[in-house]
Amino acid sequence: MVQEMFFWLLAAVSVASALAVIRLHDLFRAALMLVVTFFTVAGLLILLNAEFLAVVQVLIYAGAISVLIIFAVLLTRDVEKGNRPNRLRVPALLASGLIGVFLVFVALQKEWPLLEDVLSKDSLARAEEVFTTTPQWLAGLLLREWVLPFEVASVLLLAAILGAIVLVRERHP
Amino acid sequence: MMPERLLVLSAVLFSIGLYGVLTRRNAVSVLMAIEIMFNGVIIAAIAVSRYVAPAALRANPAATGDAVVQMVLTGQVFAIFIITVAAAEVALGLAIVIAVYRARGTVDVTEVNLLRR
Repeated sequence: MVQEMFFWLLAAVSVASALAVIRLHDLFRAALMLVVTFFTVAGLLILLNAEFLAVVQVLIYAGAISVLIIFAVLLTRDVEKGNRPNRLRVPALLASGLIGVFLVFVALQKEWPLLEDVLSKDSLARAEEVFTTTPQWLAGLLLREWVLPFEVASVLLLAAILGAIVLVRERHP
Repeated sequence: MMPERLLVLSAVLFSIGLYGVLTRRNAVSVLMAIEIMFNGVIIAAIAVSRYVAPAALRANPAATGDAVVQMVLTGQVFAIFIITVAAAEVALGLAIVIAVYRARGTVDVTEVNLLRR
């Protein structure tokens, strides 16, 4: 019951703050509303038994990415022009609305085979146990089954760091 | 909590982000809308892996041990990779925005049209 209440609260706040990010005229306030969206999504992840992911979400999204975005808003002086739309509003509304309706239709139409309907009692107990101690199982998965994407991701981060430095470096003649 | 409502929420967040990407003029604002889309996708990945039984588990419903772990946590592994790629993408995207601002004095994506002529 409490979970239901929290879910609806978090869902409402996340959608409202996402709309505020898109609609607010002041870019700095839009960036702050983006932080609110990140925090509500972290709350939703806690409701989904993904506590480790929630912590990662707060650290990386609400901590690092939002600070980067606020720095970019303040460094580029287009702030006073605000968050202006371009001329594509009606086609964009149509396209995103159609894609959203399609996704909602698929989500409601499909008969999802739920874990508790499919699994036997033993494996369901095992799955519940896994969901209460996720970080250790995630570590095992990342370093065994998914080790190649894991290493590729670290190379990607290195390339991103180098690229960012090269792009914004002052060129001395 | 059923997966449907979480998937609906993620679809709503995704389309709000898509609308923002398509309509905003400021490049930083476009990046913010992309982050909203990423967050919608993360919710969908984790909701599906939390509630929905994958095909391999449906074929073998009595499985215990590491097979179950691998199957019910795949969505979280995907979410970790999404967050990693999003961090790299934001760092590079903002570096490009700042480089464009230095070169042309604006971050309006409708005015950055060197390739169009």
